Amino acid sequence: MGYSLDFGWLAGAVGAIARGAATTVLLIAVTTLAGTFLSILGAAGKRNGPKPLQLAIGIYVEVMRNTPFLVQLFFIFFGLPSLGIRLDPILAAMLAMTLNMAAYTIEIVGAGLDAVPRGQTEAALALGLRPRQVFVKIVLPQALKVIYPALTSQIVIMMLESAVVSQIAVRELTYEADMLQARTFRAFETYFVVTMVYLGLSMGLRRLLVAGGRRALGAGVS
Amino acid sequence: MIEFTFWDIVRNLLLAARWTVLLSLAAFVGGALVGLIVLFFRIAKNKWAKRIASGYIALFQGTPLLMQLFLMFFGLPMLGLRIDPWMAAVLGLTFFASAYLAEIWRSGVDALPRGQWDAGASLGLHYLQELRLIILPQAFAITRAPTVGFLVQLIKSTALTSIIGFEELVRTSNAINNATFEPFKVYGLVALIFFVMCFPLTQYARRLKRTAGR
Repeated sequence: MGYSLDFGWLAGAVGAIARGAATTVLLIAVTTLAGTFLSILGAAGKRNGPKPLQLAIGIYVEVMRNTPFLVQLFFIFFGLPSLGIRLDPILAAMLAMTLNMAAYTIEIVGAGLDAVPRGQTEAALALGLRPRQVFVKIVLPQALKVIYPALTSQIVIMMLESAVVSQIAVRELTYEADMLQARTFRAFETYFVVTMVYLGLSMGLRRLLVAGGRRALGAGVS
Repeated sequence: MIEFTFWDIVRNLLLAARWTVLLSLAAFVGGALVGLIVLFFRIAKNKWAKRIASGYIALFQGTPLLMQLFLMFFGLPMLGLRIDPWMAAVLGLTFFASAYLAEIWRSGVDALPRGQWDAGASLGLHYLQELRLIILPQAFAITRAPTVGFLVQLIKSTALTSIIGFEELVRTSNAINNATFEPFKVYGLVALIFFVMCFPLTQYARRLKRTAGR
């Protein structure tokens, strides 16, 4: 006993924490864009692609959903170099996060595509739109609107999971926390402050996504 | 240098996987017990009890599990508790699981029609009896699929305890990888072992969801 909390180190650590948080935000921004794009392709491929592609996407989704993100990250960062693919830590982190998120969002986007009534496609085709136009202009916007809340949750979950990429020395928020606590010997206080920063980030990210979704997809997005 | 045959690697990984299974079970049971308490607070009529439970759930769902584990590992010794990685891992995952399970079951309670409570009250049951005999059995029944789904997430989450030094599957695989320099094989096998543990549960959850939809 006799331990007293000490936050005196905090003044000198704000810069490091802010840098780390900025990297975390960058990671999740790239992952969101790449992951959503990939999952739209994946969901469309799983529905309309050739049989082998459908099977491959199905296997991919099951493998990613039933193994831990940390193991996927180690596999990509430590395992791929033995196949001659050597990646920067930050690139490996972005790749692992994107591939992991896509496995979840392929199912989410797919559910959205299924929710758009068949008549929408038929009507668009009857108006003379090409199949690709039908997908991009008619089906996809309606699907995104339906699944937007689920997509938002998945993005926030991915942001929280990104703490793990500190393990391959990506200098994001958790990595900076590890460095700080090694320097200050104030492990509990450091992780407490950084945990609160994560809480702020996740609440802020959710708000931002909801507000952005309202603007981009119209009213009715929650 | 020690030579590892393929068989040595597999055997060591499978031995370590026992700890992953044990930790998952301990955290699931602990999480269910604590989650039940959080659920009672969350569905209580008292405004403050509700708020505290909502705050608890938001805190654990809004911060990384890795941070929660670090806070357990470094925070509990400050309270005078001697703590080893196993204790920190079990406690950390227990609180993590309790928040998610409470929220899953709360959705089940909310989904029940108001009339279930009224019928219980009109039969002369008091609050706890209503919960035990009428509300909770139905709430658990309709949330069985997400509960099993969360168990899969929990099993995968045990991988993070390797970072605070708990000797489970991933930590053992790091050690083996450092000795054999065969990351492709070692992490591939680890992924396979996790897959074998999680996939049947995922399929089971899917089947529950289908039958519940009917």
